[in-house]
Amino acid sequence: VEEGSAKEKSNLAGVRHILLVLSGKGGVGKSTISTELALSLRHSGKKVGILDVDLSGPSIPCMFRVQDNDVHQCDSGWVPVFVDQDKSISLMSIGFLLEKPDDAVVWRGPKKNALIKQFVADVAWGDLDFLIVDTPPGTSDEHISTVEALRPYKPLGAILVTTPQAVSVGDVRRELTFCKKTGLRVLGIVENMSGFVCPHCSECTNIFSKGGGEELAKHAGVPFLGCVPLDPQLSQSLEEGRDFIQEFPKSSAFPALTHIAQQILDGTSQRSS
Amino acid sequence: MVLSGKGGVGKSTFSAILAHGLAADEAKQVALLDIDICGPSIPKMMGLEGEQVSEYSNYVEENLGVMSVGFLLSSPDDAVIWRGPKKNGLIKQFLRDVDWGEIDYLIVDTPPGTSDEHLSIVQYLSAAHIDGAVIITTPQEVSLQDVRKEINFCHKVKLPVIGVVENMSGFICPKCKNCRILTLIFLLSQNESQIFPPTTGGAEKMCQNLNVSLLGKVPLDPQIGKSCDKGQSFLSEAPESPATLSYRNIIQSKSDNHSAKASSQLAALLFRTFIYCRSMLFCHK
Ligand SMILES: Nc1ncnc2c1ncn2[C@@H]1O[C@H](COP(=O)(O)OP(=O)(O)OP(=O)(O)O)[C@@H](O)[C@H]1O
Ligand SMILES: Nc1ncnc2c1ncn2[C@@H]1O[C@H](COP(=O)(O)OP(=O)(O)OP(=O)(O)O)[C@@H](O)[C@H]1O
Ligand SMILES: [Mg+2]
Ligand SMILES: [Mg+2]
Ligand SMILES: [Zn+2]
Ligand SMILES: [Zn+2]
Repeated sequence: VEEGSAKEKSNLAGVRHILLVLSGKGGVGKSTISTELALSLRHSGKKVGILDVDLSGPSIPCMFRVQDNDVHQCDSGWVPVFVDQDKSISLMSIGFLLEKPDDAVVWRGPKKNALIKQFVADVAWGDLDFLIVDTPPGTSDEHISTVEALRPYKPLGAILVTTPQAVSVGDVRRELTFCKKTGLRVLGIVENMSGFVCPHCSECTNIFSKGGGEELAKHAGVPFLGCVPLDPQLSQSLEEGRDFIQEFPKSSAFPALTHIAQQILDGTSQRSS
Repeated sequence: MVLSGKGGVGKSTFSAILAHGLAADEAKQVALLDIDICGPSIPKMMGLEGEQVSEYSNYVEENLGVMSVGFLLSSPDDAVIWRGPKKNGLIKQFLRDVDWGEIDYLIVDTPPGTSDEHLSIVQYLSAAHIDGAVIITTPQEVSLQDVRKEINFCHKVKLPVIGVVENMSGFICPKCKNCRILTLIFLLSQNESQIFPPTTGGAEKMCQNLNVSLLGKVPLDPQIGKSCDKGQSFLSEAPESPATLSYRNIIQSKSDNHSAKASSQLAALLFRTFIYCRSMLFCHK
């Protein structure tokens, strides 16, 4: 009975779907995909939250250009940072808790685990259609703690991000094993930074080769969510904290990014019907 | 020690090149220790994938030994799902139990961030003398903000910063090279092909602000990723490529601030890398 009532009152009670963005490899675009997925879902009229559990390298505040905001306390816990007036996207990250932005968070596991538990339990998200959890690379403390803390709330599953190279695909194979072992459903694999079209001669160069992500999805028997090309407009707009989905519908990464969001939406509507 | 707060910026690539470069001098004994426990890339980059661990490290060349958690895994799908204390134990074991022999250089490739692995290695190596850390970044602010944290970490644990390498700075289209996008100019001009734009001045500005030396900039080069995956030698395949040339730039960029000596040492090492790595870079398979 006690557990039930705790869940009733929980801050995640109003959250309909929870998804995690994972990768064994660093710098493959987890935070980018989390950000663009949130923007795409908002574009489809959804309310979205992002929980950034990357404690030593949080990128989410910067990608929405709200890094100077603070988190405030209310009766039910921490109030997340809203990126707009409509409060359609809300964020929580350790970036908001640091006194100086360049402070290094030099913590060993137990301290990180405690904060993640607090992040899961104490953020007053209110009603959300989606909560996206952006993670650091790897399969370690942050990941184990996050998955454990979220388990009672039955997350929808995980999106795995890779780049096309073998070095990266290799790490993502290990992440697949992590999902299997922790009982986390794999919603699909995204191949990011897949090809680059030169703006001068329109020649496409596969800077980081191509096809590794798709092959891995086939090999592992999980859905392939698509290839996102390297797109200077995408990184530029992330640097400036702009709404890429709103502003660059003609860019090369746009169709791929919105297609990913569409597949997630289709998946959830199928499930609820 | 090769560090970065940010993931995927090229720490392992750089560590692998450096190891090969140092080992080109047959009189020197080089060891490469990969403490990225959840995502070890070194076995693949050194062409040692599939090797098993032994009490000795695995050898690429007679004078180049490698140790990585990758050798402990029985299949490429194995995941190391460990919390901190277990990881620390393994790092300790790597340093204590592996018979490295007499070594002149120990290069340590680290995972991204400032966490258990980093604290442990600095702690365990504190008895030995650590020359310092080379910090790798890419030009974007998203990456630099993490790297500033890493530099603060180094100050906190009293690890000297040898310098910063800016990787993936700019891209030269192989089709229309003649569009004169050279690394350095590239970084300063607002060119369209800046895939990872240095909106806050890139590593150069950060280094000025934090008073650390910028060792050089390496552009994005498709050949690097390909050689790594296919096992070709990048420098010999593309001796004229801008990325190769920028190793020369790194050498010339001897800076004149406090770590000039360390950085010129490193520059010399990189120069050797450039000269000797032609025939044997990256993966040997
Ligand atoms: N498709 C793309 N086109 C251009 N730039 C991209 C693309 N995807 C990601 N980037 C850029 O690459 C950099 C790394 O991406 P991001 O920070 O999302 O990776 P990450 O996996 O979250 O990294 P970390 O492991 O450090 O958390 C960012 O500067 C981002 O803007
Ligand atoms: N200058 C470059 N041009 C093209 N590709 C590059 C360049 N530098 C690195 N790469 C590629 O980028 C990928 C990431 O590099 P690497 O694995 O060395 O990064 P890392 O910092 O060690 O990542 P992690 O944080 O996951 O340990 C590799 O596939 C590598 O081949
Ligand atoms: Mg990230
Ligand atoms: Mg690495
Ligand atoms: Zn061009
Ligand atoms: Zn071109």
